[in-house]
Amino acid sequence: MAAPEFEIPKYREFPTVPAMVPDSMARVRPHVANEKIQSALGYPGALVDDWQEKAIEEFGNLLGKYRSLKVFMDSCVHCGSCTDKCHYFIGTNDPKNMPVARQELMRSVYRRYFTLPGKVFPKLVGARDLTRDVLDEWYTYFWQCSECRRCSVFCPYGIDTAEVTMAARHILDTVGYGQKYSNEILGKVNKIGNNLGLPGPALEDTLQGLEEDVKDDTGIDVKYPLDVAGAEVLLVTPSADFFAEPHIESLIGYGKVFHAAGISWTLSSYASEAGNFGLFDGDYQMMRKVAMRIREQALELGVKRIVVGECGHAWRVAYAFWNTLTGLGAGGDDPFAVELQKQLDPRYKQPSHICEFTWDLIQQGRLKFDKEANDNRVITFHDSCNVARASRMGDYPGGQFDIPRNIIRTVANKFVDMDEATIREVTFCCGGGGGVLTDELIETRVKGAFPRMEALQQVVDRHGVNFMATICAICKAQFTKVLPYYGFNMRLVGGVHQLVSTAIRLGDEQ
Amino acid sequence: MASIEVNGKSYETDEEGYLINLADWNEEVGAYLAQTEGVTMTDQHWEVINFLRDYYNEFQIAPAVRVLTKAIGKKLGPEKGNSQYLYELFPYGPAKQACKIAGLPKPTGCV
Repeated sequence: MAAPEFEIPKYREFPTVPAMVPDSMARVRPHVANEKIQSALGYPGALVDDWQEKAIEEFGNLLGKYRSLKVFMDSCVHCGSCTDKCHYFIGTNDPKNMPVARQELMRSVYRRYFTLPGKVFPKLVGARDLTRDVLDEWYTYFWQCSECRRCSVFCPYGIDTAEVTMAARHILDTVGYGQKYSNEILGKVNKIGNNLGLPGPALEDTLQGLEEDVKDDTGIDVKYPLDVAGAEVLLVTPSADFFAEPHIESLIGYGKVFHAAGISWTLSSYASEAGNFGLFDGDYQMMRKVAMRIREQALELGVKRIVVGECGHAWRVAYAFWNTLTGLGAGGDDPFAVELQKQLDPRYKQPSHICEFTWDLIQQGRLKFDKEANDNRVITFHDSCNVARASRMGDYPGGQFDIPRNIIRTVANKFVDMDEATIREVTFCCGGGGGVLTDELIETRVKGAFPRMEALQQVVDRHGVNFMATICAICKAQFTKVLPYYGFNMRLVGGVHQLVSTAIRLGDEQ
Repeated sequence: MASIEVNGKSYETDEEGYLINLADWNEEVGAYLAQTEGVTMTDQHWEVINFLRDYYNEFQIAPAVRVLTKAIGKKLGPEKGNSQYLYELFPYGPAKQACKIAGLPKPTGCV
């Protein structure tokens, strides 16, 4: 795992558009999924012989199924507004990482097989045959997109570029050209219940250890319950929260919030994953299969509320897709949705984000904090892309930006935002989202983190920031790995509930 | 399929150099894998590797970083029971690099 040699981007005095370096990232691509990984998901084990025919057929299926994809294929006018908005382009200078150029890899094929001019005069309209080179190019560059949708914010036609990436990846999967990292993980969720492959007994052992640690630290018996039928809240969180640093610090924080508020809760060993990698290739059946575990556990444990931990794309899937995929959420009046709705407490948003949950309790005056416990920290907040641009919190637009910041300001004294061109709706991706968080893509990840690192450096220099809070397991893992490349301490990143954990009064110290 | 050769015997690995068959592992293989990672093994390194293997045998998964740091702290003293110490031993990260040397599968997910 010796890290490959590559040049780390240099900070810019002015954030100008970089000069292009064609094909600079053409050699960087993720490992291809092997037969075992592919077949566990029902995909062909290796590239099928008639891949060209199959890929075009699947492309046609998607165009027929999703009107959105057809609109996105047709409506781009190549205005170039998106070109310099992508962190991967800014960090790599490879023109194929301009969102418009990345999508053109697919649009050129679309024109060839699905439009009249492209069928008749392909050269005149820049239509290309789907050759093996083109397919490989798809694999290379659609895995240098984190589906963060920053470019979409700037698109005058509102093209959702992530959907284009998802469609391309899905077509690759169906012809046997899957990505090892994402597909291996999906296999583990389906088999074991979480992305890590953490079996129930190991989870139980880990949670017991946490109870001992918190008891040692605070003298208080904070519980981290597992598989408790009749608990009020089912918490689903990314399995990285059970395993990795700094993720686990937020898990400790969630438990303290439940303890301080006196609300019974449980984790589930069967539904021990909030993250849903089915999103990354836009396969709704796969997404549903992963999400159904949570519905099944909610019904089995008889919980009244479902709360989602700090995980970006988990919250996107929970917020935007759970209602139609699993009947978990508002709006459904079919028997399938009603079965769960009548069990859940209608006074609360279902599902709720852990930040909404904690913020509600703060507003009700049910949590108390010793803010000065965080005085050693000068904090900034990194908006995670899926939370920022694909979901909401609270009851007004922009709540997803304010609520995490409100919590931080409640539990700590020193908070500053990074440059406004890099946060909230126009936040830069951490560089590791959407299935890119794998070791062999470290060059993509380090270079993709560049714009965020520039903005961070500025608040470090001006305000002495030493803690970047975030609410996504991918962001936490990605920054832990890439911060040292830019001269920062890997411990500079942490969770919002890590800050909560530090300052919360547990109430029964006496 | 990739492979490595240690003492004249060939062992299957995946694309990233993790052993395919966990039963293939022995100390020579571990030492060889450490060498490919640029890690010079000491007694302290072996303490970690042995703990990982024991834990894996019991739970079929590598321990959480926190579980590992606690166990090492108990064994080698509290000043070593932190992830900084583990990063000194295994600079690429205790979870992934130490698992590789211990012949265990790579931890996956958002880690």
